[in-house]
Amino acid sequence: MAIIDEILLIALVAAALWTVMARSLLRSALGLALSSAILSIIMFKLGSPVAAVFELSVCAGLISALFFCIITITEPLTPEKVREEAGARFGRFRYLPPIVLAVWFVLRLISFKLDIKVALPEAITDVRQVLWAHRQLDLIGQILILLCGVYGIVILLKEARGKRD
Amino acid sequence: MINSLLNIFWLYGIYIIVLSVIGLYCILVTLNIVRTLIGIEVLMKAVTLLIVISGFTCGHTALSQTLIITLIVIETVFIAVAMGIVLGVYRHTKSLETKNLTNLKG
Repeated sequence: MAIIDEILLIALVAAALWTVMARSLLRSALGLALSSAILSIIMFKLGSPVAAVFELSVCAGLISALFFCIITITEPLTPEKVREEAGARFGRFRYLPPIVLAVWFVLRLISFKLDIKVALPEAITDVRQVLWAHRQLDLIGQILILLCGVYGIVILLKEARGKRD
Repeated sequence: MINSLLNIFWLYGIYIIVLSVIGLYCILVTLNIVRTLIGIEVLMKAVTLLIVISGFTCGHTALSQTLIITLIVIETVFIAVAMGIVLGVYRHTKSLETKNLTNLKG
């Protein structure tokens, strides 16, 4: 189990590195979708199928689509300009792989002793029951955040349209 | 049993820290607003993984899944609003570079 886990985790870190260091923004968005997909596989493996489905559909699907939209709307740089700016960007990001490797190596050397107490067994194992019966305040918070988000987007787009007129 | 669970938690913990380092480095170093959002997304992935592995280690997967659903909702709304702001910035400055955002500079 540990080997498969470690392979998946290394794939996740590699996808995240590619996301951050990719030359074009479209490739970065693609890398983000890939890392979300790998994360959802890890979630399935760890016994969280509902959250994995959410992660796959919302994070790998919707958020990536949002990123693709904004990159297309804002007219990304031409391939020539991307190539021109690649040197400067590479200069800024060249320290990241060594830092990542150093952090990984140091953490692998440390044998961290966690003082975790054994938790009581879960009383309710159904996600729906936990969400609707025990975490109602979270639901109210989610609804409020969604309303705030919709209101914010409406205000932003309305202001932009008003300025164009 | 507990020791093996803690070993798994520490294995995941290493990669969670590495993911956080990648996300933070991207936010600190990049000059592009969209890439900053991508760095925040990578940080969110690390937090999601932390909640999943905590739920798995403690045996409270239902609760951790509930928290992840809440986190995903917040993440989506945050990204949607941030995209709106990025669009507004682009319409004003015709650029996505943070060094061009100097309107409030004192």
